[in-house]
Amino acid sequence: MPVLARWIEAEGIPTVVVTMMPAVAEERRAPRIVGVEFPFGHAFGMPHDRVMQRRVLTLALQVLAGAAASGTRVDLDMEWPVPLREAYRAWQPKEPSPIVRKMLEARRSAS
Amino acid sequence: MIVDSYRFLPRSFRPLYEGRGPFRGEEGPVWAPFAKRLADSRIALLTSAGIHVRNAQPSFDVDRERSHPEWGDPTWRAIPASTPPEKLAVAHLHINDEDIRADPEIALPMRVLSELVDAVTEHVSVMGYQDRSLHEWRSVTAPAIVTHLREQGADGLVLAPA
Repeated sequence: MPVLARWIEAEGIPTVVVTMMPAVAEERRAPRIVGVEFPFGHAFGMPHDRVMQRRVLTLALQVLAGAAASGTRVDLDMEWPVPLREAYRAWQPKEPSPIVRKMLEARRSAS
Repeated sequence: MIVDSYRFLPRSFRPLYEGRGPFRGEEGPVWAPFAKRLADSRIALLTSAGIHVRNAQPSFDVDRERSHPEWGDPTWRAIPASTPPEKLAVAHLHINDEDIRADPEIALPMRVLSELVDAVTEHVSVMGYQDRSLHEWRSVTAPAIVTHLREQGADGLVLAPA
């Protein structure tokens, strides 16, 4: 996603990446980054929570329009309202993704 | 508050992301200044949650991904901003998609955006699992998305990974 943002930005369209992994987006040199400490699949917040979604998107628009230089990162000061252990389990797919399954099988056969 | 980028990531995945640096050839800064006032701008969204319009668009190809785990569908879909949430479907094998199906705004906040600013009429959706192959993304998908965004008159783009 950060590299896709770079390619689009290089064509003259300003971009901002809203991401739960802002440190990775920085490493990948995304031009503008908004960090959210939310579980995967929930970049804009909790389902049906319009106030939370509006806060995330408003910050993203402010950074998009107001950042002064490439590499700008602003993190949203908001805690995920679900206990960590529960949220950690909840975002993950019911079955491991194909690449994770392949990695697990490789690890098992190596041990 | 400084976001912990690895809070929700399984510990064994962390080395796949941390300290890897930029992709080759992508080391330098890129920058397109945001020239207009936000109030006079038109904004587009891009999600990588594999969202598509049920019955009107093909799903992202998760069957091929199941048989070729290192492959991810590099195609994209234009999502009309007027699509009712119940018409949106999700094809993504790397997340539990229950919450996105319940409220697609958490990945593609088309309604919230239209309350805040002028929005394009068609947003963009991809299935973000890219893994090792960026060639088709760079040569086909990204240029097609840029063309679409220009046709839509987008002055800026908010991207969000799943």
